[in-house]
Amino acid sequence: MEKFGYAQSQKYDTYASRLMPREEFFTSGHRSCQGCGEALAVRWVCKAIGKDAIIAHATGCMEIVSSGLPQTAWMHPWIHVAFENTAAVASGIDAALKILARKGKLAGAPPKVVAMGGDGGTSDIGLQALSGAMERGHNFTYICWDNEAYMNTGIQRSSSTPFGAMTTTSPPGKESIGQSTWKKDMVAIAVAHNIPYVATACPSYPFDLYFKVKKAIEMPGPAYIHVLSVCPTGWRSATDLSVRLGRLAVETAVFPLYEVEHGRYHLTVEAPRLRPVKDYLKPQGRFRHLREPELDFIQRMIRARYELLLEKCRQPYGEFATVPFTPEPEQEVA
Amino acid sequence: MAKAKTKPARFHREGMEVSIAVSHAVQLARAEAIAAYPITPQTHIVEHLSSLVADGQLEAEFINVESEHSAMSACIGMSAAGARTYTATSSQGLALMFEILFIAGAMRFPIVMTVANRALSGPLSIWNDHSDIMAARDIGWLQVFVKNGQEAFDHTVMAFKIAETPSVLLPMIVNLDGFILSHVVEALEMPDQELVDQFLPPYSPRHVLNPKAPVTMGAFAMPEIYTEVKMKHQVTLTNAAGRIQEVWDEWGQLTGRQYYPVERHLTEGAEILLLTMGTLTEVAEIAVEEMREAGLPVGLISLRQWRPFPFAALRAAVGDAKLLIVCDRALSPGGAAPPVLAEVRSAFYTQAQRPDIIGYIIGLGGRDVPPEAFKDIVAKAREEVTTGPTQEFHLYGVRG
Repeated sequence: MEKFGYAQSQKYDTYASRLMPREEFFTSGHRSCQGCGEALAVRWVCKAIGKDAIIAHATGCMEIVSSGLPQTAWMHPWIHVAFENTAAVASGIDAALKILARKGKLAGAPPKVVAMGGDGGTSDIGLQALSGAMERGHNFTYICWDNEAYMNTGIQRSSSTPFGAMTTTSPPGKESIGQSTWKKDMVAIAVAHNIPYVATACPSYPFDLYFKVKKAIEMPGPAYIHVLSVCPTGWRSATDLSVRLGRLAVETAVFPLYEVEHGRYHLTVEAPRLRPVKDYLKPQGRFRHLREPELDFIQRMIRARYELLLEKCRQPYGEFATVPFTPEPEQEVA
Repeated sequence: MAKAKTKPARFHREGMEVSIAVSHAVQLARAEAIAAYPITPQTHIVEHLSSLVADGQLEAEFINVESEHSAMSACIGMSAAGARTYTATSSQGLALMFEILFIAGAMRFPIVMTVANRALSGPLSIWNDHSDIMAARDIGWLQVFVKNGQEAFDHTVMAFKIAETPSVLLPMIVNLDGFILSHVVEALEMPDQELVDQFLPPYSPRHVLNPKAPVTMGAFAMPEIYTEVKMKHQVTLTNAAGRIQEVWDEWGQLTGRQYYPVERHLTEGAEILLLTMGTLTEVAEIAVEEMREAGLPVGLISLRQWRPFPFAALRAAVGDAKLLIVCDRALSPGGAAPPVLAEVRSAFYTQAQRPDIIGYIIGLGGRDVPPEAFKDIVAKAREEVTTGPTQEFHLYGVRG
């Protein structure tokens, strides 16, 4: 596989940044921190979903930096309700669009529905609403901005915080090495819902991210994209390293880029030779306290999980039933 | 109560369970989107609505959400996208929605919700009282109580029209007593679709989530603006009283059933007044009639409109009565008084001439309240007036 992964595999080999949409939907003037990888991701995702979309957003960093009354950074129709319910709000929007379209109250095709939330709003407090919405098969795309902790409230640990990371509620100390649990596998949870499309992405690979979002929103039914979003403030990393850190996460297999389409795993960016995990951990202050035994453990775990992922990619899964059932029209009896 | 001048012919009379009647009201109101989670004793309403949708008798999207928290969240999404939205819940379900109820009110989505009132746990009780809705009295919604099935039907239809009024745009709750009312079979007068269509035009909101005219909904507020937003909500909610009465009057003209925020029964010349809400009203009516026959100057007022609180109508209905006995169906543990008593007392505090106000909590967790209970309460309250108050309020019939 080539440099631009998914784009390449789909024969978008002529792609270059000058061919990407110039229109901005997440506009300047928002108040994200310097070097925010999440704001970069939002910008690319919004370009990918295009004009005809409605966004429901969870409480969190991206909501707070972008929507202080009476200002907004969002050019899309956008709604924020609460922290843990974004998928439920999106399911309501989807239902309303369906009935309004059926009643002829919508001009043109119904807009796409996109829900967005941070890792806390997705893998912790919002997991139930997300699971419900995916199980019910709503036609929506859920995007998780994963900056691996509750950054908005001051860097507290979430279930998405990686093993060993220092946060304000998982501090290293005499009796602690920092976060003592492994990062929750949200992608596997989404895949277990038998939805048509699940993917990981990172704004350090903008074309990969862009085309995955495009694919997700065009796919009927629920889609889930997990976006690793580098957070210099919470990761204690230099602000000019955000894009680099995202690439290191992929090149060390800490955060592999792949997609699961109708149950079939497919690596979209393959590193020919994995770099040692230390290369990724070292520039981040949140891992500064880790000693060799912990670093070795992390390296072994990352390797094992990556092998497992490669194994899944080799599985010859066929398409499974994620297509809505449509009954045959009844034959008229003569 | 004032009778309507004209009585249209487009009705039929039918006996049915009140929950079924409520779902027919939602059907006749042409609700477009429903999100609900089952909870006793609301279940019959959502079950019947599901069948109406499944049979194509109601053109709507019905989402079986995974919790009440998601039910209210989905309702917000539905309403924000421009659909006429309905849900129903009860007790723990209302409690689980709690967080989102305030947001629905503040974001001004005209969602209509039936609350089949039930006691809050613990201990777990599926039976009726008002502890669920009284815990949610400050959510910033319009709220009414009904005493029988006909009222439950009427107020469900009217709620859509009130809530969707451009100058109102607030969600509305119709409270009906769980089991005692929700599961009772009653003879009801049902209007036909044409009449309801005339009364209730299709919902056409001004601001919806639409890519052709993008808006940001649910922006956060800094301290410089939060108070102003709350003030606007308060003013709108209070002013909605005028529109509520207008819609009730219009319905009165169409059906002959006229409603008021505070209603009276045998209050003429009454020196003692009982104040009730919900189904207790019909029981108290029997007691008051019997006491009147026995020569006691007792009357009854019932509070239909709970939010906005009808201060003026309440003062007018109490008039120059000497004793007002407020019957609550909820407890405010450690508080000044149960919720209704506290508000009624504060409504009269500033009045130069005010009655003695005595409060009784009755019928908690489904405990039966027969007419005799009201006679007993009146006797006890009269005695207390002569001996002086013994407690801030009384828990009627409690053992131990």
